[in-house]
Amino acid sequence: MTTRLIAGQAVHVNEEGFLTASEEWTKEIALAIAQEEGIPELTPAHWKVIEWCREHAVNGRSPTLRQITEGTGISTKEMFALFPKGPAKKVARIAGLGKPEGCV
Amino acid sequence: MTEETRKLAFICSKGTLDMAYPALVMGWAALGNGVDVTIFFTFWGLDIIRKSRQAHLEIAPVGNTSMKMSMMGIPADNAGIPNLVGVLPGMTALATKLMKDKMRALGVPPVGEYIQMLVDGGAKLYACKLSVDMMGLKKEDFVDGVIDIVTASDFIDMTEGAQIIFI
Repeated sequence: MTTRLIAGQAVHVNEEGFLTASEEWTKEIALAIAQEEGIPELTPAHWKVIEWCREHAVNGRSPTLRQITEGTGISTKEMFALFPKGPAKKVARIAGLGKPEGCV
Repeated sequence: MTEETRKLAFICSKGTLDMAYPALVMGWAALGNGVDVTIFFTFWGLDIIRKSRQAHLEIAPVGNTSMKMSMMGIPADNAGIPNLVGVLPGMTALATKLMKDKMRALGVPPVGEYIQMLVDGGAKLYACKLSVDMMGLKKEDFVDGVIDIVTASDFIDMTEGAQIIFI
């Protein structure tokens, strides 16, 4: 585990770049990681997902994509549009949570 | 980033319930990792995308040496289901129901819903022309999301550079 400077703050991350202490997360960090992931700005729809995932994280791990679509009512299609190429993992990283666990 | 997107292509050749899930689960996992997914349905695998068959995929206990009595809720350790019992009317339906119940309990969606999730996630689905012709099927016989009926040669062309998984 190492520390990384994101949006001017030192945070703990694992080897895959996920924050390991979700309390170190801030909205500025979210935006900075989103931009690294190729999402230039975070819209209210992005925030809805990020906040839902933070509220529903279990043991610091972000929910799976299916849990997100069922829980938020946001469709699979929309999730792939908001967070292209691996939505659940991307949200987890942006939301400062651990990688989702589970096959669906 | 300029790195090339990894590509996975699945060939689904089986139409039993247990053999429908591997491509669905791995395909979904691949999409979740930003991997490009193509699925080619051939022979009995066409049942996975046929409107009339998709919700009726089954698993038969006959000849299935991995299916044990214990899976039916009978505490018989490692004893298999005798083939003679497996042939009784209703045994295939029972085994199918048990598998579907277990999948549901784990939060695994039914085949139709899973296929829709994959399509929504950007997976590209194709039906094999030779099998389609052999079974006398048409494009309308397949669920929404199946892009086209293509030849084996087309499939080889469109999966250049992909890792191919045959199921």
